[in-house]
Amino acid sequence: MIIVFGIFLITMLVITAIATVRSENLFVAVMLLGIFSLLIAANFFILDAADVALTEAAVGAGISTVLFLGALALTNENERSRQGMRWLSVAVVAVAMLVLIYATFDKPAFGDPNAPVQQHVAPWYLEQTPELIDIPNVVTAVLGSYRGYDTLGEVFVVLTAGIGVMFLLSAGPTVGGPTLKRMPKNAGIGLRHHPIPRVVGRLLVPFILLFGLYVQFHGEYGPGGGFQAGAIIAAGFILYALVEGESRTLKALPQSALTGLMVGGALLYGAVGLTGILLGSSFLDYSVLASDPVTGQQIGILLIEAGVGMAVTGVLLSIFHAFAAREMI
Amino acid sequence: MSALGLLYYWVFAALLMIGFYAVVAKQNLIKKLIGLSLFQAAVFLLYITMGKVIGGTAPIFQEGVEGLVFSNPLPQVLILTAIVVGISTTALGLGIVVRIKEEYGTIEEDEIQESDHL
Repeated sequence: MIIVFGIFLITMLVITAIATVRSENLFVAVMLLGIFSLLIAANFFILDAADVALTEAAVGAGISTVLFLGALALTNENERSRQGMRWLSVAVVAVAMLVLIYATFDKPAFGDPNAPVQQHVAPWYLEQTPELIDIPNVVTAVLGSYRGYDTLGEVFVVLTAGIGVMFLLSAGPTVGGPTLKRMPKNAGIGLRHHPIPRVVGRLLVPFILLFGLYVQFHGEYGPGGGFQAGAIIAAGFILYALVEGESRTLKALPQSALTGLMVGGALLYGAVGLTGILLGSSFLDYSVLASDPVTGQQIGILLIEAGVGMAVTGVLLSIFHAFAAREMI
Repeated sequence: MSALGLLYYWVFAALLMIGFYAVVAKQNLIKKLIGLSLFQAAVFLLYITMGKVIGGTAPIFQEGVEGLVFSNPLPQVLILTAIVVGISTTALGLGIVVRIKEEYGTIEEDEIQESDHL
């Protein structure tokens, strides 16, 4: 039964992807991309990746769609139908596709427990986690502790991208070009004149934020953690901005607070790592944070997950505001 | 069974190439970014597919339940963080597209190149 469902889902995936690329109206393409994200999240779920499914659903189907729409509002909704090198592209893609399919014949069959990828460090993680860290969710354990360096790097990449977007979009056009118009104060009143989305949106926002906090602090026990929670909390605030307008959202959570969140989150993560050194162990070794190494690991993971959640919320909301504050020239 | 065992990899190849086609063939910069997102999603699917174990379940221990087979947590961790990094870099790309539109008045690649050569 699950196999039939899986085949149905991947067929839908391919169809949606083709429709996304073929659609000449970019608004339609962005909506289809949102559907694609939701479908691939369902796929991740039946492939046992609950944490990844949660992230993809919040980020791909939620925030990514909003950011693409924000960019569309500042550019063009319609793609000019194109001419030219189409058949060359088709030929290149077809050849690459054949090479890829040829390469798959050497791959281990789907779900093979003896595949090389299952024989490397993964069994060690699964065996040692109850002893060394003692939290049920192995994904969180690997993310926060065993692979803490990777995650720290990713957080700084996210922070850098956020700073990049703010630099790009807060600057005006070059000298001599048209002058930048900032959103007037009364603009962006959102959907205030549509009662149904407004009422439903206002009702939903507190529950979305509560769910975000649950995902943040329950990440050790079930699917969840800082990345998912950050995306969900950001989605809650974006919904508030869509129904109530930009200015009210910025009143509730001003840009200075967002900057504080994104920098503070990354610094909190780094500080936990440095504390490990100061207490006489190595960078990002949490065992020394408490008298008992297992408790130390748990405290460390809780702290760095909080840092990740803060940084992701701050960055995603700052990016959203950077797009929303700019007006088309 | 062997064809079915490779089906997910073929879907990965198809999605990867659909995204790649959008990146190389389309002139519209936003369409190229959409293609890049599809390309990225295909890579995510490949990683998660490789971590799956038949008869396995999500790698979360449950109290009082013994003898569960778990899927590989490591690819899941890598992709979990890659998704959030992916949206941040896509946002950076969209920011650049918005600035290009403001400076050139278009987001079609051939028109941008024409106005560069004038």
